[in-house]
Amino acid sequence: MSELRKISRREFMKRTGQAGGGLVFALTFATACTPADEVADPVARKLASVAPNVYVNIRNDGIVEIYCHRSEMGQGIRTSLPQVIGDELEADWDKIKLIQAIGHEKYGDQNTDGSTSIRKHFDLLRNAGATARDMMIAAAAATWGVPAEECVARDHAVHHEASGRSAGYGDLVDAASGMPQPESAEFKSPADYKYIGKPMDTIDGMAFTTGAAKYATDMVLPDMLYGTIERCPALGGSIASLDDAAARAIAGVVDVIRLPEPSSPPVFNVLGGVAVLATNTWAAERGRAALEIEWDLGANAAYSSDTYKEQLIASASAPGRVTLNRGDADAAAASVHEAIYYAPHLSQAPMEPPAAMARVDEDGNCEVWACSQDPQTARATVAGTLGLEPEQVTVNVTLLGGGFGRKSKPDFIAEAAWLAREAGRPVKVQWTREDDIRQGYLHSVSAQYFRAGQDENGATTTWLHRTSFPSIVTTFAPGVPGPQANELSLGAFDSPWDVPNLRIEACDAPAHVRIGWLRSVCNVFHAYGAGCFVDELAHVKGRDPKEHLLEMIGPARQINPADDGADYGNYGQDLAQHPVDTGRLAAVAEKVADMAGWGRELPDGHGLGIAVHRSFLAYVGAVAEVSVDANGMLKVEEIWTCIDAGLVVNPDRVRSQMEGAAIFGMSLALHGEITASGGAIVEGNFDTYPMCRMSEVPHKIHAHIMESDALPGGVGEPGVPPIAPAIVNAYFAASGNRVRELPLRNAGLV
Amino acid sequence: MAVKFLLNNQEVDLDVDPAMPLLWAIRDIAGLTGTKYACGKALCGSCTVHLDGQPVRSCVLPVSAAAGKTVTTIEGLSEDGSHPVQVAWRELNVAQCGYCQSGQIMSAAALLERVPNPSDDDIDGAMSGNICRCGTYTRIREAIHRIAEDQS
Repeated sequence: MSELRKISRREFMKRTGQAGGGLVFALTFATACTPADEVADPVARKLASVAPNVYVNIRNDGIVEIYCHRSEMGQGIRTSLPQVIGDELEADWDKIKLIQAIGHEKYGDQNTDGSTSIRKHFDLLRNAGATARDMMIAAAAATWGVPAEECVARDHAVHHEASGRSAGYGDLVDAASGMPQPESAEFKSPADYKYIGKPMDTIDGMAFTTGAAKYATDMVLPDMLYGTIERCPALGGSIASLDDAAARAIAGVVDVIRLPEPSSPPVFNVLGGVAVLATNTWAAERGRAALEIEWDLGANAAYSSDTYKEQLIASASAPGRVTLNRGDADAAAASVHEAIYYAPHLSQAPMEPPAAMARVDEDGNCEVWACSQDPQTARATVAGTLGLEPEQVTVNVTLLGGGFGRKSKPDFIAEAAWLAREAGRPVKVQWTREDDIRQGYLHSVSAQYFRAGQDENGATTTWLHRTSFPSIVTTFAPGVPGPQANELSLGAFDSPWDVPNLRIEACDAPAHVRIGWLRSVCNVFHAYGAGCFVDELAHVKGRDPKEHLLEMIGPARQINPADDGADYGNYGQDLAQHPVDTGRLAAVAEKVADMAGWGRELPDGHGLGIAVHRSFLAYVGAVAEVSVDANGMLKVEEIWTCIDAGLVVNPDRVRSQMEGAAIFGMSLALHGEITASGGAIVEGNFDTYPMCRMSEVPHKIHAHIMESDALPGGVGEPGVPPIAPAIVNAYFAASGNRVRELPLRNAGLV
Repeated sequence: MAVKFLLNNQEVDLDVDPAMPLLWAIRDIAGLTGTKYACGKALCGSCTVHLDGQPVRSCVLPVSAAAGKTVTTIEGLSEDGSHPVQVAWRELNVAQCGYCQSGQIMSAAALLERVPNPSDDDIDGAMSGNICRCGTYTRIREAIHRIAEDQS
């Protein structure tokens, strides 16, 4: 343990004369908790080391430990994060050991959601690397008695060119111990980047291909029990009667435990129900099947998607709350076109259903291992569930077998913690696929009404967009009638159209299930509706859809939705740094059209469709080529995408996100639908909630990354929104049929 | 009841309910967690293992069906991750979250054993039982073609 870690925060502040700023320091919390990895690697723990900040620990054997405080769910952050820190630190890639950080406020924001890991943390990560590098330089300079300015860091060592001296980072640990962290550090010039902007191989590649990768579902502890939970089919229901005798009689079943009743609003609290704990998963499942439960379905027992759809469309068809207004969208026009778009609930359905392991010690402290996108919220939720202080809860973050927003919600982690305490033994809670699809936090069902007016020359002069969907905020607060500003900020308020009269209205819609985030959130249906409707206008006007799209986007300019009265969020970042730039949007439209050979002669029955969308501060264009066979069946033949996400850290991981987003978008366009009947979700597994398979996805999905020195934007989500409208528009081009409801399989096309 | 079989070249003798799916016997009883649960109904392929060399969905196969046979899981495909499918997967950085990839790799390895130079239709036929929610299909297809080319 280094001296740096032993000094008090007060003493440290005195020495460094700074109050912390954007960085938080290891010494403040160094003894508060011990990441599991540290326990697992006792040899490494015997080595002396120095921790310039909470993200970096340099050992005297030369290994640089980097703490990844963001959750890995396939977006590649466990590779990109050390690329940024390691670059500024001038570290050798092969001497970096990545350690997954526990959930703790010392790391700052850990909520791996909103495509934020790079866009909101790029400077923080660069600073972590750069200040650590300067500390190594200062240690060498002090050792050699030379000015720090004469020393340079390169290749995991500090060099003093004038005297020809060099010292490896490991050899500088003793000298660095006790030194204050440099107050600030200069960042490298982008021209000198070694790792940033390079397609580094996935750091977990070997683990992923050998079965060694550990997800929450793979956690094992001595004396553990395997838990599965039967929950009420409808939100807010409760147990009318329970007979667990048959369940308890199953060999291997150890206990049957009722969970606390769900809260209203549900937030992230446990959903109630009955848990069966057993010595293996099979016995737990058999015990669960033997439970005899009568449910009182409660207030949402009448929820049916058939009637709700009519209600939602009626809501979007009538005037709503005006949330953005420019000019007069009711102004007279030479011609008017209108349409209503509908899209159903969706489930995130990560391949690893929610799973968590928990253990409660004799003092009541709780430790969990969970596939959490948001470990600090998990910590607070577990503490709240068990009546503990957050300091009594340790959240270890495993790999996530997909997240897509589901694992931002720690309800399943709270279940494991509750059961572990009740059972007095470690418990792993495993959701089944049916649990995941029926009991999760669904993506909002939506209806959207669009009306546009054209003048005599075919120029669009008015645009009215009404959007109606149950709000995510209903999950957290009572009395939320409909869409909220933070949701309208996702692809509605930042409408890019160059029209003088624009109005956006929010139309009420009650929630009858838990509503939550799904990859790209409201951008999914906002981009789908607007992207299809603008294509409809092109055809109404007899225009080429791509030329018309560019005309609708208009000249390069910056849009501030607040100018038109909108409470616009801009993904939590400054509009001055990340403006809504229609020039960048038009550029991805032009580029992706070029990539797809827009305007070329197509085989019979083929069509091209284009859509563009800005979300999470990135601009994405997509073109789909589809074919329609003699039976009217649709096939997506090829997809081209183009993203401008500003500076990118790992272009291969960006491309992989774009490829995956195209397939995610295809799945929701072609197949995705969750419905309710009698308050319960009808679909349950991949037979009734299908997703795209190898045989139906294009052999080629192209992803181009625009060269840009703009600040980093998001990557994980922005690829999804333009896919569905591109496919629907391509289908129209191929068939002349306009489909205004998703998924397309309901129209008999797949 | 005891069920004996060869698991990754090691003889195992598991005291389990013979109706227990092979998946849970492998994961919970034998302690090998590389084989994954994702649907429990043979709908997604995440649990794919080889039974006497043939790819099977272990989530619906009773462990008793493995008695006296050879079971290979992702951990037994090679000792050091050097199977050509594993190597190609790394070279193309196929995996995103990685969760379904054990099943994808086991399905691909079985395909290439049976058809050394598979066509796109062969790939569709052999791999369409494996769902990847991250959407890595295009790289999987490319990796399989690359292995076939390298070995021809």
